Amino acid sequence: MSDNGHHESGVHRGVSVKTMEIVVALLTLALGLVVIYDSRRVGAGWAEDGPQAGYFPFYIGVILCIASVWTLWRTLFSGKAAAGVFVSHKKLRLVLSVFIPSLIYVAAIWFIGIYVASAVFIGVFMYWHGRFAWTRIVPVSLSVPIAMFLLFEVWFLVPLPKGPLEALIGY
Amino acid sequence: MEEFSSLMQGFSVALTYQNLMFMFIGILLGVLIGVLPGLGGANGVAILLPLTFTMPPTSAIIMLSCIYWGALFGGAITSILFNIPGEPWSVATTFDGHPMAKSGRAGEALTTAFTSSFVGALIAVIVITFLAPLVAKFSLQFGPPEFFAVQLLTFCSFVGLGKGHPAKTIAAMMLGFALAAVGLDTVTGTLRMTFGTAELLRGFDFLIAVIGLFGIGEILLTMEEGLAFKGVHARINPRVVWHTWKQLPKYWMTALRGTLIGCWMGITPGGATPASFMSYGIAKRFSKTGEKFGTGEMEGVVAPETAAHAAGTSALLPMLTLGIPGSPTAAVLLGGLLIWGLQPGPLLFVEQKDFVWGLIASMYLGNIVGLLIVLTTVPWWAAILRVPFSIIAPIIVVICAIGAYTVHNAMLDVALMLLFGVVGYLFKKLDYPLAPLVLALVLGDMAESSFRQSMLLSRGEVSIFWSNGLVGSICALAMLMLFWPVITKMLARLRRGNNDLDEARPVE
Repeated sequence: MSDNGHHESGVHRGVSVKTMEIVVALLTLALGLVVIYDSRRVGAGWAEDGPQAGYFPFYIGVILCIASVWTLWRTLFSGKAAAGVFVSHKKLRLVLSVFIPSLIYVAAIWFIGIYVASAVFIGVFMYWHGRFAWTRIVPVSLSVPIAMFLLFEVWFLVPLPKGPLEALIGY
Repeated sequence: MEEFSSLMQGFSVALTYQNLMFMFIGILLGVLIGVLPGLGGANGVAILLPLTFTMPPTSAIIMLSCIYWGALFGGAITSILFNIPGEPWSVATTFDGHPMAKSGRAGEALTTAFTSSFVGALIAVIVITFLAPLVAKFSLQFGPPEFFAVQLLTFCSFVGLGKGHPAKTIAAMMLGFALAAVGLDTVTGTLRMTFGTAELLRGFDFLIAVIGLFGIGEILLTMEEGLAFKGVHARINPRVVWHTWKQLPKYWMTALRGTLIGCWMGITPGGATPASFMSYGIAKRFSKTGEKFGTGEMEGVVAPETAAHAAGTSALLPMLTLGIPGSPTAAVLLGGLLIWGLQPGPLLFVEQKDFVWGLIASMYLGNIVGLLIVLTTVPWWAAILRVPFSIIAPIIVVICAIGAYTVHNAMLDVALMLLFGVVGYLFKKLDYPLAPLVLALVLGDMAESSFRQSMLLSRGEVSIFWSNGLVGSICALAMLMLFWPVITKMLARLRRGNNDLDEARPVE
């Protein structure tokens, strides 16, 4: 994955649109092939009692592959379709600074329950991105999970994932 | 006037104290969803859907559709005051709405937007009232081939009328169909594309996809732009409203045109976003003051708002009568109907009269309640937008996670939601349209079963799709839609070719 002709200006450094177009088109192509493979496995033909399970998905896979190859072709052989920067390194860092904490948050729900994880997630996010004082972080990050708890567990009786802390207070 | 008495019956269903309260809550939640970045009509309804499972279906659909109306209204607030479209269909509203607000006419711009949306929606509801029973009655004679043909028409119109490149529209759509096929095939009992994992047995739920694609994807995009909300203050008082209402009647032609475009684009699933742009463009061309568009013309707010609301409302017509939603939000509502055990389609009008007419009556009431609420509560919503993004973003991620979890009480869904978020981010940046993906995911099983039944009827002959006049003409229309860009291009080339004979050949 090179920077495809953007070396001259340091400002616009990043992943090029062309690279991403190719990556995404290859991914959809791969998915199309998986669909075709699996449809053939379960049978994409005609049984005595009618179409087999893979009959319809098989064609879906074929069309998905054709569309992916079409996009690949356009990206590689017609220059105007894919010019410019997809995301600069600076912006990519911003996006990851949201995505990675969200990933950790979702993983944390497994272990400590959604309420505690949400409180920590909101608090850390506010501190990291907004540089808020603790006097504002603590009330916000506590009030949201408490409101959620009342809404779901108490009023609507919809159970959400809970951890050791909730077990301690009897839920 | 059978429709009229049915409608009155509907009002008696909708006008209970309880339903009015749900309507009120729905509108408030909807405006909130429309105002906040990362939450929109489709994923807002998707997140709240599980909470309504315990409610009676009529009340639930009234509340959910009111969330939708609220979101349509809410999009205009951010566009006009902050120049940030809260929803894609309000992008065209920023062109003239924001300049109006900056020149001190914020109240006027907002009143214009709300009133236009109201008018657009109201006319669309009237269209639904009288057209829907006819469409439903007509489609009672549909068999599996006809239903598949209508679905084909839906998807072909996406390719032909959509903004994205056909290759990308088709890829997004096929991805939706492929995801819909994952899991247990109910006809043959075969497991498809589960690759031995028990969690995939259930398949991919479109609600998870909607929450991820539109919610998380939007947050990632917004973060990239490094949003700082700088808005115009707005106060609406009765004098401003009255003053604006006195000026509006002279734009009746623009409003009517916008509504017609909206209804057309809503019923054929072009969607609210292209409708609003098309209406704006046409209004600009036909207006006497067209060259002033973009500097704060009232007409430039009327045009996109009427079209967007008319499209958003009329998208429910094919959803109710044929079971084919015209927009992602209508698709989510359709998913809700299926969960409550109501099969959308022509029979709904016969078997669930109270439900259908209660819903249609609630559309009238919901839009009136909505107009009153947004006119009186604008300052609050503007205040919410002044809350920094670093507080709103994590809260929205938390809400999306809860929404994804409550669909099936499964942690895997929350992880999938994040994956769909990445897909949404990539697809939006590369101009892959998301609406066909969602619609294909919702309609996948239905399209497959009508295709299978048709094939069973004809013993595998594809010719069943042009075996009679009805199915043949729908299929022909579908093909016309599919190749529409090619046809227009060829027509333009023909016309240019004729000109070339008269003039000198232009140098390529």
